[in-house]
Formats: sequence, structure tokens, C-alpha cells
Amino acid sequence: MSLAANTALAIAAAVRSGATTARQVIEDHLAVVATRESELHACNLVMTDQALAAADAVDAAVARGEDPGPLAGVPVALKDNMCTRGVPTTCSSKILEGWTPPYDATVVERLRAAGAVAIAKTNLDEFAMGSSTENSAFGPTRNPHDPSRVPGGSSGGSAAAVAAGYAPLALGSDTGGSIRQPAALCGVVGMKPTYGAVSRYGLIAFASSLDQIGPFSNTVADAAALYEVIGGHDPRDTTSIDQPVAAVSAELGRGVEGLRVGVVQELSGEGIADDVAARVREATDALTAAGAKVGEVSVPACTFGLSAYYLIAPAEASSNLARYDGVRYGLRVDGEDITQMYTRTRTAGFGAEVKRRIMLGTYALSAGYYDAYYGKALKVRTLITRDFDAAYEQFDVLVSPTAPTTAFAFGAKTENPLAMYLSDVCTIPSNLAGHPAISVPFGTGDDGLPVGVQVLAPALGEAVMFRVAAALEAAAPGKAS
Amino acid sequence: MSKLTRADVAHVARLARLELSDDELDMFTGQLADVLDHAADVEALEIDDVPPTAHPLPLVNVLRDDIVQPSLDRDEVLRAAPKAENGRFVVPRILGEAP
Repeated sequence: MSLAANTALAIAAAVRSGATTARQVIEDHLAVVATRESELHACNLVMTDQALAAADAVDAAVARGEDPGPLAGVPVALKDNMCTRGVPTTCSSKILEGWTPPYDATVVERLRAAGAVAIAKTNLDEFAMGSSTENSAFGPTRNPHDPSRVPGGSSGGSAAAVAAGYAPLALGSDTGGSIRQPAALCGVVGMKPTYGAVSRYGLIAFASSLDQIGPFSNTVADAAALYEVIGGHDPRDTTSIDQPVAAVSAELGRGVEGLRVGVVQELSGEGIADDVAARVREATDALTAAGAKVGEVSVPACTFGLSAYYLIAPAEASSNLARYDGVRYGLRVDGEDITQMYTRTRTAGFGAEVKRRIMLGTYALSAGYYDAYYGKALKVRTLITRDFDAAYEQFDVLVSPTAPTTAFAFGAKTENPLAMYLSDVCTIPSNLAGHPAISVPFGTGDDGLPVGVQVLAPALGEAVMFRVAAALEAAAPGKAS
Repeated sequence: MSKLTRADVAHVARLARLELSDDELDMFTGQLADVLDHAADVEALEIDDVPPTAHPLPLVNVLRDDIVQPSLDRDEVLRAAPKAENGRFVVPRILGEAP
């Protein structure tokens, strides 16, 4: 029987005990990839040779009597905006096509040290800018639950890879919801840690004050295990929080008796589909039944989150993406002088959404508009954080839908960027505040597609957030088809 | 409605070193105006007394001890460049002819 349907924790236990081999685990998962990848296109690159070699190294360690680590032999899919030494890293952009990083991201090093095996580089919206993977320069990823629908984005490839059984674990990055929204649309768990809890060293920057790496998995316990491996201080990321990662796995069985759960009113009404809202009500009813005290809470400034985000993130992106100039790496299109070379390279190398955001950010930062747009947006960020702080005086965690709808059809929002941006309305506030949040699958919509419920917590509140996530998982109706 | 004009978009495109066709200029002007119209809610807020948050963590001057540590191998880094020579990146002419 294939090992591909197992949890990461079950696989690691079997490999560490010698009940199976890492090579067998990887071969079984590669077989799933071979079956579904031509339809789904979740991956930019399947790391067949590297994964088998890494699996053999894990098996050799077991044979020597060494402990290969807590994720021994577990395949992990990596979003293709995380640097992997000697393995191409593209950000799904023509401007980085063929580039091979000379170093590993910290999360990649930590995975290897834990015995995990990188199995693929997954597709994304170009430079993580999008909510459907339709902005990938290499073609979209399809939703494993319904290939006529998007998987969400920008980490759509990682979400689809876990949902399709390519790997029990994946890493994504979340700037405005890019882990949680695709997790919800693909029916898997997806978590954005507290800003600074996971090193961004080797994560190709989109919006540096918002970006965080986090886990995808099929179970809350697997997400907790992966978070514990990748989290903790890293001196190579100056924004890394200087303390050890919280031991969240130990919290999962504690239940929610007596915990105060607030339902965010501003993220629960207008714009949320009826079937999604119904699942969130059932989820909060389930928490009540498990002993939590559920109430309504207002976080008024969340109303301005979308507008503030779509000024701040493009502003930071316009600065970060200035580095793609045809000089040090990636594409170069020659010109007669350096300005023409820059312009030709960037015009040929970036797709439409990336150009849109660079221009929006350049405008928001330009003379005469800086105070009205970027400056105001930074003040809204303060208001959102203040309103969250007030809510967390009354509640331990907050709850909302993860995404306003279930997975939508290809092309439904590509002509109207603002409509696409509204996919992130429930996830953005956590990024602006730097807080952790997790999406847990909870039943299906009227179309039979997965719905995700989001649990939000204050900065470094991962332990209580995971407790509530585990309770939701235990209460969730049968998994989507 | 947003004050954004076609000329504004052409200007920021030039600043960002992007070249747009006439059709792209029309498309982007409309789409960016939609986003800025949505942002009018933020623009209209009267919050002069609220301090800005540029970053979620209150970090100041994160320093490490001044000890030499290994860095990336120069030749390996240069191998990723579109054009390199004698340990340097090669770029097109930057300065004009001498007068």
C-alpha cells in the first residue's frame, strides 16, 4: 500500500523506527506526482534525483543508528520563491527563469537538518502577487478538488501539492493571505506565523514588512510539527525575533474549555458568501459545544485593511523589485545604454500584475502623493493594530472566514484586479498587524468545494491559536471530496 | 473618481523602468484608477494625530559582533550573472562620450 496518504508525523515515526525507508516514502509520493501533475501543474520543478539522494542519506543515518530528525523522510514541497542551492528558483517569473541560487534559505536548511526531503518547487503567482496562480509566467495550477477552478494563491502550487498528496507538508509565503487563502480553497491547513517568528533569509522579497513563511499540511498536528522545525531565531534575518519557537504541538490536546473566542463582525458580513458564512457559524457553534465562550467583536479598522494593504505592499514591492535590473542575475535584454538595458529587461521579464503593482507602489511613494497614500496607509496600520489589541483584551482568539467564497473559476477575476484583491479581505489584517493566523478546513460550500475557517491570535499567540485550530479540526464535518 | 491620468501612468512607468504600449497604458490607467478609487476611504481619513507603523516589530539597529564570517563564493555568484569578467559584473555603457 502506498505511503502517500499518511500524515507527516506517521511517516517520520515509520522511517525513524525502520518500519519503512525514506526511499520508499519518496518513491510513493513521486508516483502520485507522476499521476496528477500533467493535469494540475502544481510544480515548476519536481526534484526527483535530489529527493531520492536525500532520502538515501536519511536511510543511511537510520542504518548507522543515528536519529535523522523529527521529520525523517517526510517529503516537503517548497514554494518556488525560496532559495535552494543548485536548484533553479524562479518566483514563476521570466525575469528569474533559469537562475540557480548559490545558497539555501534558512527554512530549507532547517528542513534538511530535521530529516525532511524537498520534493518539488511549487508554482505561484509571479513574485507571490495574486490570489489564484493565474499570474504565473509558466501557466496556472489547477485545484485538485475541481480542475476547472483555481487553487487560490499566491501559494496555490503548495496548497494543491498537499491536497493532491504529492507531499504531506509544504511551505508557502503569506504577505496578504497567500498561505491561508489557497489552503482554504484547496481544503488543507495553512498557517501564517507571527511576523519575525520564521526566518525570511532566502525568501525572495515581495513586501518585506508583511512577508512570512509558513506551513501547509493535511492536519493541524502536522502544521504544528513543521512550524516547530522552521521557527526560531536566525541571525541572518535582522527581523527575526530573538527567542526560541513556541512548543505548539504540546498544546493541541488541551481543548478550548473556557477560552474566549471573538467573531470579527467586520469580516463576517458584507461580501461573504452565504454558504461560507454558514460554515463559520457551524464552526463557532462547535467551539461553544466544546466549552469555549464565543462572542461577537468589532475590529473597526479592518474595514480599511484592503485599501491600506494595496498601498503598502505595492510600495514595498516597487522598491524590492528594483533589484531586477539585468545586472547580477536573471534575464538581461541588451540595450545601447544602461537605462535602455534596464527598461528592456524589466519590460520583457515582468508580467502584467507585477508591472501593475510596481507602478501602483511607485505612484503611492511619489512626490505629492506620499502623504495622501503611503503615509495614510501606515497610520491605518497603527489603527488596525490598536483595534486588535482592544479585541484581545476581551478575547483569546478571533475567528472569521478565511476567504469570502469557495474556489472560483479560471478567468473569473483576471480582467478586474480589484475584484481579485477582494479575495484577501479577511486575511490582510493579520499581515498588517504582524499577527499569526491559521486556516482550517471546515466542511464544504453549496458547490461541494472546501471552506476554510480562520483563527487569528495576537503576536506570538501561536500556542492558543493551534489549540483552537485542533478543536475545529476535531469538529469539522467529513473532508471535501 | 481618482485623479490618476494616462500621463501619470506613463510617468511612473518611466520611473520604474517599464515601457508600456498605448493599449497597456489605457488598460493600466483604468485598473490603477479603480484601486486608487477604492483607497479613497483611506485617503479621506482624518488621522493626523495617529503615528505611522512602518513595521510590525519595534526593532532598532540589530547588530552583531564585528567578526569576519564566511560569505558567498564570488565566482559562484558571478556565474549567475548575465555577463561577468575579471571578477566583476559587466554592464552597458553608463557615461556618454567625453566632450
